[in-house]
Amino acid sequence: MTFLLTCKEFLQELTDYLDSTVDAELRVKLERHINECPNCFVILDTTQKTIKVYKGMQPQEIPQEVHLRLMKAVERKMAAGKTATGKPSA
Amino acid sequence: MPATTEAGVFDESGLLAKAREGDIAAFNELVNRYSRKIYRLAKHITQNDSDAEDVLQETFMKSFEHLGEFHGQSKFYTWIVRIAVNESLMKLRKRKSDRTVPLDEPLDTGEDTVVREIAVWDDNPEQQYSREELGKILDEAVESLKPAFRTVFVLRDIEELSTEETAEALGISVPAVKSRLLRARLQLREKLTRFFRRKGDDVFAYL
Repeated sequence: MTFLLTCKEFLQELTDYLDSTVDAELRVKLERHINECPNCFVILDTTQKTIKVYKGMQPQEIPQEVHLRLMKAVERKMAAGKTATGKPSA
Repeated sequence: MPATTEAGVFDESGLLAKAREGDIAAFNELVNRYSRKIYRLAKHITQNDSDAEDVLQETFMKSFEHLGEFHGQSKFYTWIVRIAVNESLMKLRKRKSDRTVPLDEPLDTGEDTVVREIAVWDDNPEQQYSREELGKILDEAVESLKPAFRTVFVLRDIEELSTEETAEALGISVPAVKSRLLRARLQLREKLTRFFRRKGDDVFAYL
């Protein structure tokens, strides 16, 4: 008979479980814990949703004046010279 | 482990080769491709518009300057993220008066993965809010994290770097990335529960 994991042990493995980097044996134990523990099921589900909602966030446009200043700075830099520290390949 | 993430699936070696030879249009294309992500990253870490703008400029200045040293062993994006992270951290460290925890200060061993709020969320909780409202909620939650947790979360879960890339960019160990990521995720989950919980439900709604 294998031990049931405690909630604390479950939490410690949560990130690896979510990132699918746990081995098969541990995965089975974690999944058994989730099936038996409604609290940890909710924690898993809401943590998954947390990650998903952040991943779905597209970066916003940069304010136009910030973009213009960036392009100006890049232009100046490029006008000032080629990639300075690039070593000759020959 | 697969070395690819979704950013930069397309081949950039042609653009990079041209940019290295001083082709302005090619380098501009690279800037346009990544400037929004770099600006967002810098804003998340520095939490300051003017610092973020400095970081944005510095990142592309430095990447142009050192383009000759970039041989494509990692993705261009990962490489500039590393530059942007360094620049952002320097900004943070310069703010001595800040109450923030220095990034290299050892954190505790992870005893405090405390979970207080256990409430069921809606299936697509983000749909209850407009894009703007949602952005504000998510940004404020990230900003409330300590810098050490915030930085790891931003790199792993927003910019989607791997654990190893994050460790390398921050100069910390892989286990440190994992333990900070866990706590960042749990803390965010806790903070977002207020906004995303299913109204009038409790945990047994799942049963």
